Amino acid sequence: MATIQDKTKALVSSKLKVAESEITEDKSLFNDLGADSLDFVELSMLLEREFNVKFTEADTANVKTVGDLYQLMEKYTK
Amino acid sequence: MKIIGTGSALPALEVTNEDLAKFLDTSDEWITTRTGIQARHLLSTEDLYDIAVEAANKAIKVSGLRPDQIDFLLVSNVANRHVTPGLSCIIQKRIGVTCAGLDINVACAGFVNALMLADGMMKAGHAKNILIVCAEEPTKYCNWKERDCSVLFGDGAGAVVLTEGNAFKDVKLTMISDRDVLYYERGMEPTPFEEKYIVGQPLVMKGKELFRVAVSESAKDIQTLLKRNDLQHDDIDWFMLHQANKRIIEGIRNIVGGPCAKYPTIIEKYGNTSSASIPIMLDEMMADNKIKAGDKIVMSAFGAGFVSAACLWEWEF
Repeated sequence: MATIQDKTKALVSSKLKVAESEITEDKSLFNDLGADSLDFVELSMLLEREFNVKFTEADTANVKTVGDLYQLMEKYTK
Repeated sequence: MKIIGTGSALPALEVTNEDLAKFLDTSDEWITTRTGIQARHLLSTEDLYDIAVEAANKAIKVSGLRPDQIDFLLVSNVANRHVTPGLSCIIQKRIGVTCAGLDINVACAGFVNALMLADGMMKAGHAKNILIVCAEEPTKYCNWKERDCSVLFGDGAGAVVLTEGNAFKDVKLTMISDRDVLYYERGMEPTPFEEKYIVGQPLVMKGKELFRVAVSESAKDIQTLLKRNDLQHDDIDWFMLHQANKRIIEGIRNIVGGPCAKYPTIIEKYGNTSSASIPIMLDEMMADNKIKAGDKIVMSAFGAGFVSAACLWEWEF
């Protein structure tokens, strides 16, 4: 069964058009995976719809890496 | 209510992304990937009143009515150099209409709000033939020293003539008070008594927040309209969305559904022309014979406020 991380990784891969193998926790969404600011807004809205959650602006402002994103998802889905 | 005439007018000067990159820290690639905009038209030798009149005259001519048969003039405008009198007063004489009119400022959602007012006026028996003119010059209140806002906007005007009919089916308006996401603050004349004088500043925009609220609220408006009219997205022939950013349009489409072909765009060539964007697009689609009798059309717009508005048509000629 797919975990939250698996589903998040799949959505990141689909949105940013990068292979799942490249999406590791230490990677920066912006510098390494090529997201621009709007990509991240689109990604966060996609995750909100997929997981039926609503992030606060303060929480999303702190997300820089894939690991940060996983932590955000864990926080909102537990 | 139905639309029997459309018109639009754009300034002669076309400014491409490459033109902007000569004096702003930007590039065609930066603008295109973030907004979908490749060019825009800017007022230079003309003024806003010229293009407003041109769009209005075209719409009246297409309608087959004489100017004196227009019963009311509704003008949508965010800002122009005249705070008073209203733009409707300024252009009335040049259009040749003799009726009364009023200005509205509902930011980029002005056209759909004007449609709602026109529908109400017709139903109340106040007017039979109404001219709506949306004329905007957002490039006059951008900060041209930075790229975030100035690359987004273009000037333009669109107009429609409406008369009695059954094409206009439903409308939904939304307002969520949040000035800080997008605003333009004008300085006023200081008085000897004022202790809190505010100097004006160019348009301020929190792009990421605006993107998020625009996508979610517009999609919500459209879904509400569809639901209360027992329609699915594939029943709709055209989703005519405010042209602010191609990625906002794509974001709304991802939620509402339907193929890209049902979401026409003009933003590539004109940028964001505020409340004029939908009537300009409508005029071009009418000229290209893209709209057929019976087509179901959703129009949806959003803007500073935050405001959003959507309406549903089943097209009649």
